[in-house]
Amino acid sequence: MTAVAEGRVNEVGQARRRREDAHLITGQTLWTDNVTLPGMLHLAILRSPVAHATITKVDVSAARERPGVVAAFSGADLAGDWGPLPMAWTVSEDQKSPPHFPLTADKVRFVGDGVAVVAATSREGAVDALDAIDFEFETLPAVVDMEAAVGEGSALVYDDVPANRCFTWRESHGDYAAAKDRAEVVLNRRFINQRLIPSAMEPRSVVVQPSPATGEYTMWSSTQVPHFVQIFISLTAGVPQSSLRVIAPDVGGGFGSKLDVYAEEAIGVVLAKKLGVPVKWTETRSENYQVTIHGRDLIQDAEIAAMRDGTVLGLKVDLTANMGGYLQLLTTCIPLLGRYMYPGIYKFEAHDLSCTGVFTNTTPTDAYRGAGRPEATYVIERIMDELAYELSMDPLGLRRKNWIQRDEFPYTTVCGLEYDSGDYEKATARATELLGYDELRREQQARRDRNDHVQIGIGVSTYTEMCGLAPSRWLGQKGYIAGGWEAATVRVLPLGKVEVVTGTSPHGQGHETTFAQIAADALGVSFDDIVVVHGDTRTAPLGLDTYGSRSLAVGGIAILKACEKIVEKARVLAAHQLECDPSDLEFSAGTFAVRGSPDAAKTIQELAFASFVAHDLPDGANPILTADAVLDPETFSFPHGTHLAHVEVDTETGGVDLKKYVAVDDVGKVVNPLVVEGQVHGGVAQGIAQALFEEAVYDAEGNLVTGTMVDYLVPSAADLPSFTTDRTETPSTTNPLGVKGVGEAGTIASTPAVVNAVVDALRPRGVNDVQMPCTPMHVWQAMEAAKGEPR
Amino acid sequence: MPRISVTVDGVRHEDDVEPRVLLVHYLRDRIGKVGTVVGCDTSNCGACTIHLDGVSVKSCSVLAVQADGAEITTIEGLAGTDGGLHPMQQAFHECHALQCGFCTPGMIMAAVDLLSNNPDPSEQEIREGLEGNLCRCTGYQNIVRAVQLAAKSSAGATESREEVPA
Repeated sequence: MTAVAEGRVNEVGQARRRREDAHLITGQTLWTDNVTLPGMLHLAILRSPVAHATITKVDVSAARERPGVVAAFSGADLAGDWGPLPMAWTVSEDQKSPPHFPLTADKVRFVGDGVAVVAATSREGAVDALDAIDFEFETLPAVVDMEAAVGEGSALVYDDVPANRCFTWRESHGDYAAAKDRAEVVLNRRFINQRLIPSAMEPRSVVVQPSPATGEYTMWSSTQVPHFVQIFISLTAGVPQSSLRVIAPDVGGGFGSKLDVYAEEAIGVVLAKKLGVPVKWTETRSENYQVTIHGRDLIQDAEIAAMRDGTVLGLKVDLTANMGGYLQLLTTCIPLLGRYMYPGIYKFEAHDLSCTGVFTNTTPTDAYRGAGRPEATYVIERIMDELAYELSMDPLGLRRKNWIQRDEFPYTTVCGLEYDSGDYEKATARATELLGYDELRREQQARRDRNDHVQIGIGVSTYTEMCGLAPSRWLGQKGYIAGGWEAATVRVLPLGKVEVVTGTSPHGQGHETTFAQIAADALGVSFDDIVVVHGDTRTAPLGLDTYGSRSLAVGGIAILKACEKIVEKARVLAAHQLECDPSDLEFSAGTFAVRGSPDAAKTIQELAFASFVAHDLPDGANPILTADAVLDPETFSFPHGTHLAHVEVDTETGGVDLKKYVAVDDVGKVVNPLVVEGQVHGGVAQGIAQALFEEAVYDAEGNLVTGTMVDYLVPSAADLPSFTTDRTETPSTTNPLGVKGVGEAGTIASTPAVVNAVVDALRPRGVNDVQMPCTPMHVWQAMEAAKGEPR
Repeated sequence: MPRISVTVDGVRHEDDVEPRVLLVHYLRDRIGKVGTVVGCDTSNCGACTIHLDGVSVKSCSVLAVQADGAEITTIEGLAGTDGGLHPMQQAFHECHALQCGFCTPGMIMAAVDLLSNNPDPSEQEIREGLEGNLCRCTGYQNIVRAVQLAAKSSAGATESREEVPA
């Protein structure tokens, strides 16, 4: 990093207003669905109305006769035009990975499974023509309940996958049986992480423009991962990678749901290829709820072993994870991404985890904000509260007894991850201060004493997470087919502007602003002189995109490295022009000056021009101030924090009122506090949504009952309070910026904090769990179930 | 096919439209006003909110034929003709009230209408007033702040205008 020269304030740390905003607040946007091309056809997809059936007939001939219809194809018609969609992670030797084609030809495996596609001159014409397709099928028993699915006599989603078991794995760290033998207290709990629908506000959309003369294709897609899409769709659709350009234009949120490679992207390329004209497909929201991936959906049977003084000895967890009807890109790995997070911030000697992945006739699951880590955190943070209650300890007191102390870093957890830094004491002290923890406990006791029908609950979550996915070698060892590096190119243009090209692909996170701040400091130039280029495989050809809170901790560091290379290259040129030795130059605020004679100086932007004209370069030097860097992280980063929730539960109605929410996060060094705060707000809201509002529900036949925004409760402004947020700053030691990652932290932390609060409110009534979402019905059911329990 | 005449962001349009066409699809597909977006198909999300004769409506809940004769303002026509931002747009930028920005056009249009009905709303009134507009990124907190800031700056602007002699 450059030193701060007089008159230049470091950009990193400034609450810069986002440069992304200007076009978004004025409607000058390029969402994929805004792309309109001459001759463009609109696609509509016929989807299965039943969860499980054998296809007996798909006849599209009548649809082809409809006005404006140019083509119609069944899955069987296109079977020779594509290969299966990608499945990128093999988590066990026994994993069954049945092929998943963009349109199915033999069986349908969930409501919404695509069976035919129509291309027409208008969207209305394409949708209307779906009615004319003769689609016949023989309904099969639907496999919906994941526990029944692995039981005797269940129907099979795949005939060659016995008991619907996609995979099983088990991993043991330490000797859990021995720990349990020694334990004075053993608690068992079943936690159910319900199925969620990511609900990014922009539905997915794909436009593909072919160039029949050259065999090239340009795709616009509402995706988090244009580079993944380029590689995998080129394989699926049989197009050379170099002939497929993928653009992620303005992308309206993702939360993991656009971290995937979808059927419609392959259908778009194949139809553009066959028809020789541009095609567009945009999903409706109802279609989004049926066919874009869902999240969570895990049953977690947990057992914790501890001593009476609160010392935790070990944790054992059995997971059953619902895959849905097909394996999408990362479906199988979600429990695996969580498996190292079950110990949380605590020191204990043994951890045993087993997992079964199960096929059902439901929408495929995949990564959703946090991807495995929220589920793991939910278990450890919920069961720590259960243990605290069992031992009559304050939940923070129990945590304090077990967490890694600030002087114990770096600390290698029972799962083998080395946490580089953290200060759980400090974050917790700040959070309790902001909540008024002790005072609220007194008020809670008063309400309990007078048996008030509105009870107070205080929920705690002292979370950590692993961010910055991920060291490529680690990914390879765990069965992933790709790496976790990130690429950057930095160019100082001859007239002084700087282009920063990143392989990450933002969709709301503010990279254009924060990455410019990093580069501005590294090069000592003005923030306004920097342009961040992203989201297009032609202009940013190398990259692994945006997910897993990786963009800053991996992509940002790659940018920093490229800037450092620029500075070194410029230094050689400056020394040549100033006729000194490079080591005699000081670089500060974008200027190389000869030590001791500050008038002899060149700015990096002057040097860029000199490098461009190349009239007077040192021997052997290449023109142009440009540099590439690829960064493969050596390890993860570990943000942490203490979140506290204060709820009131009306024991007569079951209503939960979230009165106050305190989040104190430690995300390491902060590049832009405004952006970080925004990420925390949104993440916390999304985690609260799981705790209190959202659940994807299927009926026994596999129909998605919550198939629209009417039935699936995405919280509105009126459903949420303002949050009290603050930060502690313990820099990461694993990267030169000291950053950790913030995209998923709020979501990971807030779900257990809120549920712990609801349960805490109901302790006097013998309640020890409330099924999420904690709706009045679920609260009432928990109170009913606890009646007669001694408490 | 029925013929409609509408003024959108100051420009008059006359078009034949199918009776079933929603106003939002007319705006997007026929006259290219793609700043207004579609986020759902059940009138829940509010992303398509516009002003119809000065009042906010979800343009997915209005047929194009119903807008015949109306004056429509979309997010694209909200800024002043001098290119300056509307105070609500400025406040959204200032308060980091958007992340992906997809809900933003509708959220801003709804918020402008909210303030025209209630120039000095409480936090709760803002939250309830924007209940029909969903955002998945921000947790709404900075949207509330933005509306508060716009209320303050609009009030200030009104006062300063009043100070100017006629």
